[in-house]
Amino acid sequence: MRVAALSLCAAVWAATAPTWADSPARVVSINVCTDQLAMLVADSGQLVSVSQLASDPRISAMTEQAARYPANSSRAEEVYLMRPDLVLAGSFTARATVDMLRRLDIPVAVFDPAYSLADVRDRLVQMGDVLGREVRAAGLVAEFDATLESLRDAAAATPPRVALYYANGYTSGENTLAGQILDYAGLANVATEQGFAAGGFMPLEVLAMATPETVITGSPYRGPARAEEIKSHPVIGVLQRGVPRARLADRDWTCGTPFVLRAIADMTELRRALQEDAQ
Amino acid sequence: MSLLTLREFGVARHQCDVLRNVELTIDSGEMVGIIGPNGAGKTTLMRGALGLLAHRGESSLAAMTPRERGRAVAWMPQAREIAWPVDVETLVMLGRSPHMGLGRRPTKTDHDAVARALDRMDLTGLRSRTATQLSGGEQARVLIARALAQDTPLLMADEPIAGLDPAHQIATMQEFASLASEGRSVVVSLHDLGLAARHCTRLIVVDKGRVVADGTPVDVLTQELIRDTFGISAFVQTTPEGLVVQPMGVVP
Amino acid sequence: MRLAVTLIALVAVLFVAALVTGPADIGPFESLLALIAGGEGPMPLVMREIRLPRALLAVLIGGSLGLAGAAMQGYLRNPLADPGLIGVSGSAAFGAVLAIQTGLAAAFALGLPLAALGGALFGVFAVLVLAGPRGSSLTLILAGIAISALAGAFTSLVLNLAPNPFAANEIVFWMMGSLADRSMTHVWIALPLILAGALMLATLSRGLDALTLGEDAAEAMGISLRRLRLTLIFGTAAVVGASTAVAGAIGFVGLVVPHLLRPFVGSRPGALLWASTLGGAAMLLAADIAVRIILPARDLKLGVVTALVGAPLFLHLIYRTRRDGL
Repeated sequence: MRVAALSLCAAVWAATAPTWADSPARVVSINVCTDQLAMLVADSGQLVSVSQLASDPRISAMTEQAARYPANSSRAEEVYLMRPDLVLAGSFTARATVDMLRRLDIPVAVFDPAYSLADVRDRLVQMGDVLGREVRAAGLVAEFDATLESLRDAAAATPPRVALYYANGYTSGENTLAGQILDYAGLANVATEQGFAAGGFMPLEVLAMATPETVITGSPYRGPARAEEIKSHPVIGVLQRGVPRARLADRDWTCGTPFVLRAIADMTELRRALQEDAQ
Repeated sequence: MSLLTLREFGVARHQCDVLRNVELTIDSGEMVGIIGPNGAGKTTLMRGALGLLAHRGESSLAAMTPRERGRAVAWMPQAREIAWPVDVETLVMLGRSPHMGLGRRPTKTDHDAVARALDRMDLTGLRSRTATQLSGGEQARVLIARALAQDTPLLMADEPIAGLDPAHQIATMQEFASLASEGRSVVVSLHDLGLAARHCTRLIVVDKGRVVADGTPVDVLTQELIRDTFGISAFVQTTPEGLVVQPMGVVP
Repeated sequence: MRLAVTLIALVAVLFVAALVTGPADIGPFESLLALIAGGEGPMPLVMREIRLPRALLAVLIGGSLGLAGAAMQGYLRNPLADPGLIGVSGSAAFGAVLAIQTGLAAAFALGLPLAALGGALFGVFAVLVLAGPRGSSLTLILAGIAISALAGAFTSLVLNLAPNPFAANEIVFWMMGSLADRSMTHVWIALPLILAGALMLATLSRGLDALTLGEDAAEAMGISLRRLRLTLIFGTAAVVGASTAVAGAIGFVGLVVPHLLRPFVGSRPGALLWASTLGGAAMLLAADIAVRIILPARDLKLGVVTALVGAPLFLHLIYRTRRDGL
């Protein structure tokens, strides 16, 4: 499974979508990223239901808040029965579900994934527009910008080279949100060097030959799978040797939400540790 | 010397006796024919005696270890199976496997035995031919050669001449008879009463799971026995050429 | 003798070729030097921890599948018997998946291959019961289809119920097999069972030769059919189970290799055992080189390549079987 597929986020508010005179009053979100953006931005009582994934601590940073909402399983039938006046979906949400809801005359706002830190800001703004909560969104953006600025650090002359490595040997390059997080934290991305600017499957031996200073693996999913065995391959062990356990918590960057700041902080800390190691 | 002894021997299948109370001994130098109608228990008698079927009573062959038995008796099942396209010599060499060690490298003795068997069955010219490509009659001779190569004191064969042309039937029976005259023993089941009468030194008649007669062909093949056992009338006469038996008609 | 030398040379050449093939850009001489000399740096790491286990597994698993195919064919006296086609690999995969998902595989080192052996045992046993002592081609293939379908359904069910979202996508790995990203750990967990199973199957040589004449004749020549059958079942289950546990179900190796080599050993089923072992190793090495040359960066499944070679041959054999009226 493409890890990128999980980073469905952030809004491109389609120009073709209908507009509302008033703010929507019954909003149902069926995507883990719109779930979180909506929980941050919505007025109390405005959001009626979020998807089940919002309660999965592995990929959702807002499980506590999600527990306060009824969960839906992202299926058209179930969503329709909640009588929403707006449905929030990601662009990777099943096409059939979105089409079905539109045929039933339910407006659907489809959000594209975030590929950069600027996208995070845009998605917040767009979520504010969709929910009629522009002021709240502007406040979140200002807060995001301020924290982002505070995390800016004197970058080293030679940034430590690291690689992101997920199940099945998938990696993320500079043109992804994860890549941008590494970049902001002052880390050089081996995937970009190897020509995986947008991400892709990097064979283990290519990774080994690239000699990153450490390998950052995603959080493991619950239950075993062969796809994830690659993360415990002896070669990964050798590449990570002597380096603080490097993991990028999926819940902090899978979606383009302000929680990417936590990921940037984690990665900055990793970068400092790597630089101390090198000295 | 006794090559096979059966005592109170019986075979049951699905709790139903298919063979019971068989007492017999085969000595060396005998050419024994087992005759009887279809389903009488001829095959069961031979397979049971070999230990290939669960049985009651005693069988001197079944009591042996598999390896000893492989050197005591050669068995030719009715089905002439040659599963793979091996050459004739390789096939005949299989008969030597009970004599070979773990390495299974044929010694000179093994090669000699194979050569004798091939020669005996007039197969020397076919030795490097592929066995499965031979005619049915040739395949039957190859399989007999395989049993001969096993070089055992006793040879048991289930309908070895079925499906052969008259010349090959006679030749095969003569071959078996000559083995017997050399001191080995042969036990064959067959349906041709004429050939049984001419070539066997002893006949065992099996009917409905019992041995109903056992003796020389002249003693056994009476018109009464042929009528009672096979349900046919036959012309039976002792001639200067030996005993002649010719089935004539079905008794109503 | 000449065949043995040729096959060993072929395996050796392909083994070296497998070692110098890979997505990382390393010259053949440097890579072999790094493998032998070792030392620090990425190259010895790639050679010793990625390519060496992969090549070793190709030899072990290819040999296992070739050997198991030759043994099953010899016993059933049917050239269509292949552990993949008759559902043994599929059942082994089910055992392996079950072990992984229940945590048995993580509990102790041999848990995974032993569970796969259990699955394979069920598969071999079911085929022998369904196909009978001398399986006709028809019953053999039908039994294989039924067992494969059942094992495949259970495998898919377990993977679909698995909590990990990647697990469901692994159905294709378990059905088609792959050696990508394996490590020496996998060599060590597969090796004991493969060796034990191979030793068991090697003892069948005499019995399988004798079976050329049928069960009765073989038994009368001093072959204990009971023991032969048990050895065959456990030996096949061990080599196929251990192979499938680490590489998934790879089909057709046990069909193609014995078929190609049979004429060179005079069709003797006993001699075909060792020949098919070497031939299977060569075929899987070649297939694993092919998947890395065709799509270097993606995990093209080994079963795809073996099926592309094996399926047409399978069709040909079915046609010939019908023509011969078997």
